[in-house]
Amino acid sequence: MTDPLVLCIALPLLGAMLVTALPRWAVTLGIVAALSTASAAVALTATVWQHGTLHLMLGGWDAELAIALRADGIATALVLMANLVGLGISVYATGYFHDRIRVRSFWPLWLLLWAALNGLFLAGDLFNLYVMLELLGIAAAALGALTGNRDAVAANLRYLLVGLLGSISYLLGVALLYTAYGTLDLGLLAQGVAASPELYGVNAAAMTLMVAGLALKAALFPLHFWLPPAHANAPAPVSAALSALVVKAAFYLILRLWLDLFWPITDMAVAMLPAMLGAVAVIWGSWRALRAERLKLLAAYSTVAQIGYLFLFLPLLAATPPGPARDDLLAALLLMALTHGFAKAGFFLAAGLVQTNAGHDRIDDLGGTAQRLPATTFAIALSGSALIGLPPSGSFIGKWLLMQGAIATGQWWWVIVVTAGTLLASAYIFRVLSRAFGLEPTPLKFVTDARAEVPALTLALVSVALLGLASGPLWTLLGLGDAGGGA
Amino acid sequence: MSWDYASLLPGVIVLSSLLPGVFIFLVREESHTLRTVLNLTGAVAKLILVGLLIYGVWLGQVFETRIAIAPGLTLVLNADALSVLFVTLSTVLWLITTVYAIGYLEHSTNRSRFFGFFSLCVSATVGIALSGNLLTFVIFYEILTLATYPLVAHRGTPEATRGAKIYLAYTLTGGLLLLVGAVWLRTLTGPVDFVEGGILDDLPASLHGQLVVIFGLLLAGLGVKAALVPLHGWLPQSMVAPAPVSSLLHAVAVVKAGAFGIVRVVYDVYGVTLAGELGLLAVLSVLASFTIVYGSILAMTQDGLKKRLAYSTVSQVSYIALGTSLLGPVATVGGLVHLVHQGIMKITLFFCAGNYAETLGVANVSQMDGVGRRMPLTTLAFTIGALGMIGIPPIAGFVSKWYLGLGGVEAGQHWVLVILATSTLLNAGYFLPILYRAWFRPLPASWPKEHHFQTRFETMGALLWPPVITAVFCLLAGLLAAAPFSPLEWARLIAQREYGL
Repeated sequence: MTDPLVLCIALPLLGAMLVTALPRWAVTLGIVAALSTASAAVALTATVWQHGTLHLMLGGWDAELAIALRADGIATALVLMANLVGLGISVYATGYFHDRIRVRSFWPLWLLLWAALNGLFLAGDLFNLYVMLELLGIAAAALGALTGNRDAVAANLRYLLVGLLGSISYLLGVALLYTAYGTLDLGLLAQGVAASPELYGVNAAAMTLMVAGLALKAALFPLHFWLPPAHANAPAPVSAALSALVVKAAFYLILRLWLDLFWPITDMAVAMLPAMLGAVAVIWGSWRALRAERLKLLAAYSTVAQIGYLFLFLPLLAATPPGPARDDLLAALLLMALTHGFAKAGFFLAAGLVQTNAGHDRIDDLGGTAQRLPATTFAIALSGSALIGLPPSGSFIGKWLLMQGAIATGQWWWVIVVTAGTLLASAYIFRVLSRAFGLEPTPLKFVTDARAEVPALTLALVSVALLGLASGPLWTLLGLGDAGGGA
Repeated sequence: MSWDYASLLPGVIVLSSLLPGVFIFLVREESHTLRTVLNLTGAVAKLILVGLLIYGVWLGQVFETRIAIAPGLTLVLNADALSVLFVTLSTVLWLITTVYAIGYLEHSTNRSRFFGFFSLCVSATVGIALSGNLLTFVIFYEILTLATYPLVAHRGTPEATRGAKIYLAYTLTGGLLLLVGAVWLRTLTGPVDFVEGGILDDLPASLHGQLVVIFGLLLAGLGVKAALVPLHGWLPQSMVAPAPVSSLLHAVAVVKAGAFGIVRVVYDVYGVTLAGELGLLAVLSVLASFTIVYGSILAMTQDGLKKRLAYSTVSQVSYIALGTSLLGPVATVGGLVHLVHQGIMKITLFFCAGNYAETLGVANVSQMDGVGRRMPLTTLAFTIGALGMIGIPPIAGFVSKWYLGLGGVEAGQHWVLVILATSTLLNAGYFLPILYRAWFRPLPASWPKEHHFQTRFETMGALLWPPVITAVFCLLAGLLAAAPFSPLEWARLIAQREYGL
């Protein structure tokens, strides 16, 4: 049981039980659980880095019955991102919640969400994925309603119902597959799907149900309607977790199904639909972000747009034959997802500080606040540049490779989408940043509230500098070799 | 990457201003001394490192820093003769501008933020100069945009925020076009390294159509910063920035980065021969010539001194593009040497304009009657800069115009002489009235907002000596043009290598 694969799920679960049992010690226990979970994720990354994909069957049964866990490069990269972001959110949360009731309800739910998240990334069979998906959705909706005000409760009730609808659709797809192939293990199912082209109807129906359900959870346009109110009304650390991690988990699952399970039937024509919706999401989300009056609403719409970018990769992956060019696309897709995770978390944490300090987050009235909080403004600026995709952020490299793939496969229209989205993103980010320049002098100190500002700034810095300038290791972690693209 | 001297030096040169910049952000606002020490340490260290670089390049050593970002995407910083020219210019002028800015911003607010971004701005410029491939160039080009935005918006007034917004709208859109062009080119050729003579000769003729479109994208992106008409709209608007920023934008960083990029793309990506065959040079000549004349005409109509200088920049920077667009080594020398000459002359003029505004409150040409008698040294420096811009020998600007004219004749493009003559007349038309007012009109009864410094000179030392020093540079660059290591000789060296002579 000391396998890092198990620890990544067991530690936060254990932490959740402990903070529930000993609410007086919630903050201390919570931060210990956060630290140890993040360490387990780092250990897992190190193991996968050295030995490649890990498999584990819990309970010692064979693949049809056991709970299968699996960590390949894609899962590990996302686990590492989610856990580092989770650690940052946890540190931030120790200073954010003051009310005792909030403290006591935040930590158990947050650790439960964390366990579900790691479980989802690492699960190796469809049923466990379903369980984790449900757990994630319920924990997320409960956390989102933590402020207890009417808007938050209404938005998150809707979020919960939408999440259930998505899960049911997914479960129907799972049921279809189970009837057809008699197994839920991802590896065995993949072989089954590939070996039975005569079951095209079942495969296609299952895929449609599962992907549609998950697209609802991933807030792909036009199924994004629930996201902006839910994310914008949650407490800042929760918004960060929802926008940076939870949405990403649903997308991860789509990618998994798309690449591992349904690859025999996901050709260009099939991939065009989600990609076109993604393109509309990029433009529409960015446009709504530009028109948003509140900082957190802006960030939430920006998430809708950023998820859209990830779907643009699907037709490019379909059109590119296996080889270095396809590896680059896959790595770029992940790089954009990771960068968005760090950047959006940093952005929301910083936005939360602005909100606490100013008492509101109306963008047009933020002048003085931006001047008073230089470190926070820096965090917004850095994570903002990563959201735009300016160099040297990870999403710059991601967009570079995305456009390169689009031109190379002759699908040049995606370049126009990326260009337009980038311009709109610059407009909405700099609309906020221009508030940082006013006539008031900046304070004498750079950092005003270290416990909150250091996590925000660190996450933003990772997205903008580390992921952009040293993204090479990601290729190694994904096991793609470094021969890609020539050089 | 490897860890020896030759492969670290270019990277260290970039870091020598980046690291102090990062620390300056953290310096408390009132720690004036600490901030000054950090600023000057960075500037002097960079100057010493660049000295080592020049010596090494002269000896024929190869300096190259390579950092693999991802497979196939490499950050390359290397020093060829062209980068040395630009690096030296920006490093020397950065040191002088830092001294000037410390004096200029004394007692003003938000200085840590200002000097932090100031250092980032120079780091980005040096990165542009040392870029060894198009990817690296694009990265630093965008960082430069981001680092200069806070400097333009620095004053925080509504005009400053507006000017900065316009600046950003132009440069980010341009940067994006550059990015698309760079990505497209990379899909055709693989990594686009800068190589003397260009890298596109081997491409089949069927791709030439695409190459023309890509050149259009790259030129649009670079033309925004180089202020080619009609992409120049941001430049006069960003005049709201403090004087040291204007000096830096016009002489060293932003505008020069655009012009330098055009030189790089024409010579080291397309190759001047291919660019000529595809008809790209002709397009560039027309744009540059139009910009030269149009900028000068607009400059004549401006009463604000800084605005007049801004339009003068629009016009003068296109000399570099004009020299690049003419086929033949002599015109290349003229364009390249103007990269340096325009820098030292224009920075002198902007320093002087800042001095007039800070010391006397004079911001408009119409208020400049008699400033020569009140501030003789500043006005002397201004006069040298202005006469140089007109092209009076023996000041630096004459050398540039001489080589450009000669290059035009050599290329068989005699119309260049007409452009140069028109531009010279227009330059005289907007600079000579200023000189006449400054030296020959009587002093007014009082200045708009006079400021007395505790000094026996006409203004504070930190403001006075920078323009005097750069004015001396303008004279020396003209008088000693034939001496070894002069800008002209270095430009000749580059031209010889580009044409494989």
